[in-house]
Amino acid sequence: MSFAIKKQGDIVVVDVEGQLIVGNRQELKQRVLDELEKGERKFLIDFSQTGYIDSSGLGVLVSLSKKIREQGGELRLANLNDDLKTLFELTKLDTLFQISDTRERALETF
Amino acid sequence: MAASDSPPFTPDRVHVALELEIPSDVRYIERVVEIVASHCAQLSYSARVCCLNIPVALSEALSNAILRGNGERTGAHVQVKVDVTEERLILEVLDEGLGFNIEDCLTDPTQPDNLEREDGRGLFLMSRLMDRIERFSNQGNVVRMTLERHD
Repeated sequence: MSFAIKKQGDIVVVDVEGQLIVGNRQELKQRVLDELEKGERKFLIDFSQTGYIDSSGLGVLVSLSKKIREQGGELRLANLNDDLKTLFELTKLDTLFQISDTRERALETF
Repeated sequence: MAASDSPPFTPDRVHVALELEIPSDVRYIERVVEIVASHCAQLSYSARVCCLNIPVALSEALSNAILRGNGERTGAHVQVKVDVTEERLILEVLDEGLGFNIEDCLTDPTQPDNLEREDGRGLFLMSRLMDRIERFSNQGNVVRMTLERHD
């Protein structure tokens, strides 16, 4: 499991490779907060290479979204597979995030 | 060839029983999930069950056992018992803690007031992704999750 972070225009794009779970969520949180601290405001997390997400991983997404919004920015999500979509629907987090089917669509509409 | 009196060969009647023990450390969760999901996949459980129900519910039970049940106990362990048949899956996670009351800890994270909380989704997900969740004491605190095969 790892996180790849790159800039596309003024958007910070994070790829979550593997799982987003209790053992690595703090790393994701810190890396995104570091970018926020540097002045970045638009964040997109791409889950095309993600296996599963546990409740602490979901919790970190919620926490990051709140912190980014407090700084006038936004966190969006893209590329959830059917299992991950179910997870977001079960927890109603699909109502909290703007979720795009593809990375391209998310970048175009940000 | 002489007729045999032995029961007919039914390759689908396989019963897998596993016991795993890990140090109380969240870094072991992913490996345990991988082992359990692969056994279920071998018994032709659906991709949905092997990629969503089992990984998420088992991860939640393991992280509760490690972080809440065992807490800071030095040298503590978590045991996992897996019992899988073609009809149903039973997962038991045992820690060295005092246990808890599921009903008391179960909140609804989908309520508007809870939606932006960072925590409180673990037991909820376990209860949604498994058919039955039970907790009891048996030389430790045991959480048992049962999933009937629906496909």
